[in-house]
Amino acid sequence: MRAATRVTRPGRGGLDPYADAVPDVAPALVLRGLWRRFGAKTAVAGIDLDVPAGSFYGLVGPNGAGKTTTLLMATGLLRPDAGQVWVGGVDLWADPVRGKALLGVLPDGVKLFDRLTGAQLVTYAGLLHGLDRPTATRRADDLLAAVDLVADRDTLVVDYSAGMAKKVSLACALVHAPRLLVLDEPFEAVDPISAANIRDILADYVRGGGTVIVSSHVMDLVQRMCDHVAVIAAGHVLAAGTLDEVRAGATLEDRFVELVGGRTGGEGLAWLRTSSA
Amino acid sequence: MVAHLVRLKLILTANGLRRNAWVVVGFVVGSLYGLGVLVGCLAALGYVSTQAFELREMTGVLAGAGLVLLWWVVPLVAFGLDATMDPARFAPFPIPRPQLLVGLTLAGLLGVPGVLTLLGALGSTVLWWHEPRAIPAALLGALLAVLTCLLGSRALAGALARVVVRRRVREAGVALVLVPLVLAGPILTRLVPAGYSLKDADVTPLLRVVAWTPLGAAWSLAPDVAEGRWGQAAGRLLVALATVAAAALAWDRSLRRALVEPVRETTKRRDRGLGLFGRVPATPLGAVYARCLTYWVRDPRYALAVVLVPVLPIVFALADPGGRLVVVAAPLSGFLMGWAIAADVAYDGTAFWLHVASPLRGLADRWGRALAAASVTVVVVLTLSVVSAMLSHRLTLLPALVGCGLGMAGCALGVASVASALVVYPVRQPGDSPFSIRQGATLPAFLTQIGGWALVAAFSSPVTVLTSLAVAGHPAAGWAALVVGPVLGGGVLALGAWLGGRLLDRTGPDLLRRLLAMT
Repeated sequence: MRAATRVTRPGRGGLDPYADAVPDVAPALVLRGLWRRFGAKTAVAGIDLDVPAGSFYGLVGPNGAGKTTTLLMATGLLRPDAGQVWVGGVDLWADPVRGKALLGVLPDGVKLFDRLTGAQLVTYAGLLHGLDRPTATRRADDLLAAVDLVADRDTLVVDYSAGMAKKVSLACALVHAPRLLVLDEPFEAVDPISAANIRDILADYVRGGGTVIVSSHVMDLVQRMCDHVAVIAAGHVLAAGTLDEVRAGATLEDRFVELVGGRTGGEGLAWLRTSSA
Repeated sequence: MVAHLVRLKLILTANGLRRNAWVVVGFVVGSLYGLGVLVGCLAALGYVSTQAFELREMTGVLAGAGLVLLWWVVPLVAFGLDATMDPARFAPFPIPRPQLLVGLTLAGLLGVPGVLTLLGALGSTVLWWHEPRAIPAALLGALLAVLTCLLGSRALAGALARVVVRRRVREAGVALVLVPLVLAGPILTRLVPAGYSLKDADVTPLLRVVAWTPLGAAWSLAPDVAEGRWGQAAGRLLVALATVAAAALAWDRSLRRALVEPVRETTKRRDRGLGLFGRVPATPLGAVYARCLTYWVRDPRYALAVVLVPVLPIVFALADPGGRLVVVAAPLSGFLMGWAIAADVAYDGTAFWLHVASPLRGLADRWGRALAAASVTVVVVLTLSVVSAMLSHRLTLLPALVGCGLGMAGCALGVASVASALVVYPVRQPGDSPFSIRQGATLPAFLTQIGGWALVAAFSSPVTVLTSLAVAGHPAAGWAALVVGPVLGGGVLALGAWLGGRLLDRTGPDLLRRLLAMT
C-alpha cells in the first residue's frame, strides 16, 4: 500500500519529502477498517487512516459524512462495530486507560459540566488526567489566559456563550499536554480574533512535536492551517495524504467538490426572486 | 394552521413510538391502564345515575372538580407538562397567536390523558338520563370543564415557570411551590375531624362552595338545569365561561412572552477560585468527589432533593401525630438520597464524555459519586434521626434509627452504583423548565427502579429487622442495628462500587452513546 504512494512522480522530480519521513516515526493515530452502524444507517463504512506524528491533519467532508462518528470512535467515546484504533502505538479499545492518557479531545455537540466555573472545569479535566493540583491549577490559569477567558474564569460555564464554551473545551483538551489532539469543529461559533489565537496555539503545539486532527467544513481554513488532509464522504475516505497530494494543483475547495460531487447549480428556485412574490 | 398543529402532534407521537420499542410498550401499558380507569369511572357513573338526585349532583360536581384540580396540580409536582409541543419552538413561524393557541389546545387534547378526560367528561352526562333537558347542559358543561383542564394547566405552568425561573435562588423558589403541595395532603387530613367518613358526612356546604368555583362551576350546569334553578345555572355558566376565558388569556400572555423571550435564567452566577477543587485530595477520585458535591449544592435537581427531604418528618408527624410513623423518616431519607445517584450519569447527560475521554478508572468514578452523595446523606440521616426520635418522644430509638438510616443509605448507594453503570434514561436537563418532562421515560427506567429497590430492601433486611425489633421495644436490638447498619451499608457500598466500577470500565462509551441519542 505504502508503495503506491511512493511511485516516483516525474513532475515533482521524484522528491516526495514525506515518502521517507513517514515510516521513521510511529504514527500518532492509525485507524484500520473502522465501521459503525446506527440502526439501518451505516455512518462509517470501513475507514483506514494514518495520521503521522507531528502533522496538522484536516478532516473535511459534507454534512453527515461520518466525520464526527469517526472522531468519536478514534477517541474512545464511541465503540466501533468493527475495526481498530491505535493512538501512539497503543490499541485504544484494548487498553483505553493508557490510550486516553495520550489524547486530548474536543467533541462537538456535547454538553459540559456547566455548573462549574471555567477555572473549575479546566482544573477538573486536569485532575481527572492525574495531574497534581499545583500543575493543574497553573496550567488552567495559563490556558484560560491563552484562550482569552481570564475575565470569565469565575463565571459558571452554563452562562458562557457558544464560542466561550468551545474555548473552555479546548482548554480542557490541552490541560494534560496530550500527544495527540482531536478537535471536532473547533472554530464553530468562535469569533475571528479568538480563532486566530487558537490557530496560533495549535501551530505552536504542532511545532513542539504535538499532532492535531481537526474536522471542519471550512476548506479555506483547512487549506491555510493543515499540512495533511483527508476527504470523507458517506463513511468512506475518498482521498488522504499531504495537502498538496490531495488537492493536486487545484484549490482544496475545487478538489473537494470534484471528489464529493453534488453541486446543484442553484437553478430551480425562481420563486425565490422577490419580484415573483 | 390549527389542522397543521394537530397533525404535527400526531406525527410527533407516531415518530416517538417508532424510535423505541420500549416507548411503544409504555404507551400501550399507559393506554390500557387509562382505559381501565375510564371503564371503572363510567361503570361507577352508571351506578350512581340510578341513585337520588342529591348523590348524583354531589358525584358529578365533586368528582369533576377533583379531575380539574388534578389537571392543574399534577403536572406541577409529578409528571410535568408534555413538552412535545413546546410553544417556544413555534417562535420562528409567523403563526397568528389565536390560531397557535387553539392548535396547541387541541393538540394537548390528543394525548392519552386528554382523550380519556374528554371521554370521561362526556360520559358523565349519563348521570342525567332521568332529566333529558339537562343533557345539553351536561354536554356543554363537560366541554367547558375539559377546556378548563387544558387551558388552566397550561396557564398555571406558564405563570409558575416564569416565577420559578426568575428566582434568584431558584431552588428555594421550587421549594416554595412544592413544599406546600407536599404538605397539603397531611394538613388537610389533620383539619378534617377524627372519625369523619363520607357516609355520614354532610358535604353540602363543600358542594355549595365548590359549585361556584372555577373547579366545579361547569359541572354544576347540568344539576341546576335538571332542577330548574335557572338563575343559578346562568351564574355558574358565567363562572365557567369566565374561567375558560381567563385561563386562555393568561396562557396567551405567557405564550406571547415565551415567544419573544424564552424562559431562561438571567442572573450570572460566579464562584471565586477553585471551590471544593482546592480542598479535596488531588486525585481523580477526589476530583469526581468535588465535582459531584458541587453539583449537590448547585444543580437544582439535586438541591431539590436536599430541600424536600427535611420535610419528610414533618409530613409523617402531621399524618400520624405522636405515633410511630415518624421514625421512618431517617431510614427513608437515607434510602432516597442514596438511591438518587442511580440517575447520576443520566443527570450528567452528554457532559459525561469528559469522564469517558479521561483515563479515569470506573472505580474512582463510582467512589467519587458515592462519597459525595454519602457526605450529604450522612448529615441528613443523623439530623433526621435526632429530630424524629424527639418527635416520637422515644430517644431510646436513636441508635436504631442512626444504624438503620446509615445502613439503608449504604445499601442504596451500593446498588445505585451498579444500576447507573448499566442504565441511563431521559431525565430533566439542568436548563429545562422545572415543569417540563422529557419524552420517552421508558420501561427500562421503571424496571431499574423496581429491581433496584427490591435489591436494596433485600440487602438492608438485617438492619431493618433489628430496627423493627427496637421499635417494638427491644433496646438491645437498637444497639445491634447501630453496629450492623454502618458495617452492612459500608460492605454493600464497597461491593457495589467495585462491581459498578468494573462494569463502567466496559459500559462507559455505551452509556455515552445512549445519552447522545437522547439529546
